[in-house]
Amino acid sequence: MALIRHGLPAREDFAAVGSEDALPEGAVIVPFARYRAEREALLARNAPLGVRIEPGERVEELSDDLPRLAVIALAFPQFKDGRAFSSARLLRERLGYKGEIRAVGNVLRDQIFFMSRVGFTAFEVEKDKDAAAFAETMAEFSQVYQPSSDRRPTVLALRQGARMAAE
Amino acid sequence: MYRYDEFDRTLVKERVAQFRGQVARRVAGELTEDEFRPLRLMNGLYLQLHAYMLRVAVPYGTLSSRQMRMLAHIARTYDKGYGHFTTRQNIQYNWPRLGEVPDILDDLASVEMHAIQTSGNCIRNVTSDQYAGAIAEEIEDPRPWAELIRQWSTFHPEFSYLPRKFKIAVTGSPHDRAAVKVHDIGLDLVKSEAGEIGFRVHVGGGQGRTPMIAMTIREFLPKAELLAYLEAVMRTYNRLGRRDNLFKARIKILVHETGQEKFRAMVDEEYALMQGESPIEVPPEEVARIVAYFAPPAFERLPDADPATDRLAAEDRDFAAWLRRNVKAHRAPGYAIVDISLKPIGGVPGDATADQMDLVADLAETLSFDELRVTHEQNLVLPHVRKRDLPELWRRLKAAGLATPNMGLASDIIACPGLDYCNLANARSIPIAQKLSERLADQALQEDLGELKIKISGCINACGHHHVGHIGILGVDRKGTEYYQISLGGSADENTSLGEILGPSFTEDDAVEVVDKILGLYRELRENGESFLQCYRRVGARPFKERIYGAH
Amino acid sequence: MAKAELPQALTANRLGDGEVVYRTPAGAWSARFAEAAVFGTKADAEKALADAEADVAARRVVAVYLFDVVPGPNGPSPRETREVIRAKGPTVRLDLGKQAGNSAEHGARAS
Ligand code: SF4
Repeated sequence: MALIRHGLPAREDFAAVGSEDALPEGAVIVPFARYRAEREALLARNAPLGVRIEPGERVEELSDDLPRLAVIALAFPQFKDGRAFSSARLLRERLGYKGEIRAVGNVLRDQIFFMSRVGFTAFEVEKDKDAAAFAETMAEFSQVYQPSSDRRPTVLALRQGARMAAE
Repeated sequence: MYRYDEFDRTLVKERVAQFRGQVARRVAGELTEDEFRPLRLMNGLYLQLHAYMLRVAVPYGTLSSRQMRMLAHIARTYDKGYGHFTTRQNIQYNWPRLGEVPDILDDLASVEMHAIQTSGNCIRNVTSDQYAGAIAEEIEDPRPWAELIRQWSTFHPEFSYLPRKFKIAVTGSPHDRAAVKVHDIGLDLVKSEAGEIGFRVHVGGGQGRTPMIAMTIREFLPKAELLAYLEAVMRTYNRLGRRDNLFKARIKILVHETGQEKFRAMVDEEYALMQGESPIEVPPEEVARIVAYFAPPAFERLPDADPATDRLAAEDRDFAAWLRRNVKAHRAPGYAIVDISLKPIGGVPGDATADQMDLVADLAETLSFDELRVTHEQNLVLPHVRKRDLPELWRRLKAAGLATPNMGLASDIIACPGLDYCNLANARSIPIAQKLSERLADQALQEDLGELKIKISGCINACGHHHVGHIGILGVDRKGTEYYQISLGGSADENTSLGEILGPSFTEDDAVEVVDKILGLYRELRENGESFLQCYRRVGARPFKERIYGAH
Repeated sequence: MAKAELPQALTANRLGDGEVVYRTPAGAWSARFAEAAVFGTKADAEKALADAEADVAARRVVAVYLFDVVPGPNGPSPRETREVIRAKGPTVRLDLGKQAGNSAEHGARAS
C-alpha cells in the first residue's frame, strides 16, 4: 500500500480507525457512521480528523462540518463502483470543500487521471509500482473535453480562445 | 462530415499510446487478466469463443471512403479478410491478436477512428439516423449534436464507471430509424410551437433481459442546455442506479422503479443545483463550427427524374426491384439515398469482405460525395447519389453481391453473432437467419409480405433486437441444445412496442417452419393491404397462437 | 447425476492471440481438441485445472475451465454445442477457425 498526495509519495499520517476500534492519539480517519455517532467528541479532539464515506453515503450530509475536516476518504470497495466520482465533484463544486479528498480501497492506477479530474488529491494505491507511475499516468492525456473540478481549460475553451485570438 | 482538429487528434493518439502501455503491462505480467479485462473492455477488446474481438466505433454511423478503406485494410492485414457490422452501427473484427491491437488502433487513429468506449460501463458510441442530412422529412441533421455528445462523453471523468453501460441515440426525423425509445437516453429533435428547434428527451429504454420503452422526461429541451441536462441525468443515474444486481443496473430499472414524475423531478433538482458549478456550456461558435462540417454537400441542380434510369427500370425487373426496395427519396431533386444490402440470400447478416468494403469506399468517393453510413439494421448506405448514376451503381453493387433488393423485407434480417462467435450466447443466430432468408427468398413472395422486420438474438442480451422485431427470435439453451423462442408485434420506430412471446420454444428447424406458418396466417388475415405489424396489432396474438400451438 | 460422471477436458485461450487451446496429457497446450487429455475422474480434472494456474500466472493462457466430453466411436467429442464450435470454428464459415485446417492463416502480417 502506498499513499500519493499532490502527486508525490507521502507518509501516512492518519490512522484509519474502524467503527469499534479504540481511538489512537493523533490524526484519524473514522467511518461516517461513527462520525455521526461521536461527532462532538471527535471534533473536540485536538488532532486532524478525517471521515471515510462509503459509495452509498451522501456527502451532502457532511456539508456543515466540512471546514473542520482535514480529509474526506471516499471508498472504492470495488474499482468499478464509480459513485465516489460524483461524490468528489459534489464536495468540490457544490459544497466547496477545500481539504484533502482521498481515494481509498480498490484504486487502480488507470483510474487516477479521472479521479484527479473530479477533485481527488490523494490516492491510496495497492501496488508501490503504481505510485511510482503516478506522473506517467497523469501525463497520458494532455487535453480534456469536459469541465470538471480540476478547472482545466477544456478543448472547447481552448478552441474558443483560438477563435477570439484570430479575430 | 466532421473532421478532427488538433485536439481531437491528440486525444485519440494519446489513448492509443495509453492502451499500448496497458497491453505491454499485461504481457509483462504487471497486470493480471482480472486487472486487464476492464482496461481492454474500455477499448472494445473482448475475448470471444475463438479469439479476441475488437469493436471499432463508427460514431453515429457516418464514414468517409478513406475510413472505409482503412476498415478494409485492417480486415486484410490483421484479421481474416472481413468484418461484421453491428446493430450499434459499429464494426467488429473477430480474429485480432492482442499484441497487434495497438497497431490496429494506430491505423484507425490515422483516419480519425478509434475503439474508445465501445464496451465497458461508460457512455458508448452515440448512434443516429442513417439517413441524416439526406432524407426529406428531417427537421434538422442530428449529427452535429451526436458529435457534440461524442466529445463530451469521451473520457468523461465522472461517468466512466457507471453502474452499467449507457447508450444514447439521437434522431432528427419524425420517422424514427434510430430506435431512440429503446436507448438509455433517446433524443428527438422537435420543433416547438414557436418554431424553435430543441430536444425531446426520453430516458430509460432498453432491451436485454428486461425490455422497457423509455419514458419522456422533457418535452422540449433548448439545444443550448443539452449537455448540462445530460450531465444531470447521468449524475442522478451514477449515484442512484443499482449496483447490487447486474441485471438491475441499467438506468431503465432506476427510472421505472422511481416512476416518471419522480425521476423527472430528481433530474430537475440536480439540474437546478448544477447551475453555477463547472459550466458545461457550449459556445454558439463551437456549435456553429461543428454544424459547418455537416453542411449539405454541393448538390448539382438537377431535374428530379432521370430518363435513362426510368428506362432501365421499365426494361429490367431486377433493377426495378432494387429501385423499389433499396433506393429512397432524397431531399435534393435528382438525388437518391441508396441502401446497400449486407443481407444476401443465405448470407451472414452484416458481414462484409475487405474487397466489398473497398468497392463501397470507391463508390462513395465517386458517386456519393465521399460519404457512407452504417445502419443499425446492419446495412450500409450511400446517402447522396445522383439518380442518373443509379444504373451504374446498381451494376457494380450487383457484381459484388451487394444489390439484394430486400431492404425492409423478410430477408433483411438482423442477427447478432450468436453462438458462432459470442462467448455469452445460448444458441446460434446466424444459421437460422440464413435458413429463413433462403426459405423466404422469392422476391414476389417477399414483396407480397411487405414490410417485415425479423430480428434474432442468440441470448437475452438482445444485441439482435429481438424484442422489437415484428417477428423476434431468441436463442435459448435447453439442456445444452439450442432452442428458439418466438415473439410477435415488436417495433422500434416512433410507435415502439415490445414483442409478445408466442409460447414454448422450438428447435431450429421447427422455428423456421413456425415463421413460415405465421406469415401464411398473416396472408390469410390481412385486410386492405395491412402490413404484418398492422395486422398483428389489429388481430392480436390469439389467432397466431392457435395456428401454431392448436386451439386448446 | 449422469452428467457429473462424464469425462472432462481442460480448455483455455492463448493470451497472445486468443486461440482456443486444450491441455494435453503431457501438461502442454495444443490448439487441437484431438490432442486434449481426457480426465476420467473429477479428481484428475480438478488437479489439471489447479496445475494450469501456473500457466495463467506465466501469461501463457487465460480463461481456463473444464468441460464435459462424451466418448464416441471416433474418440471423445465435446458434449455442448458451444464446445463443439470452439473446437472447430464458426459453423457459418467453414473456411475459418480450426476446421479450416490452417489456423495460422491470418492477415498479411502473419504470412
Ligand atoms: S445477443 Fe447474446 S449471443 Fe448475441 S451477440 Fe449479444 S451477447 Fe452475444
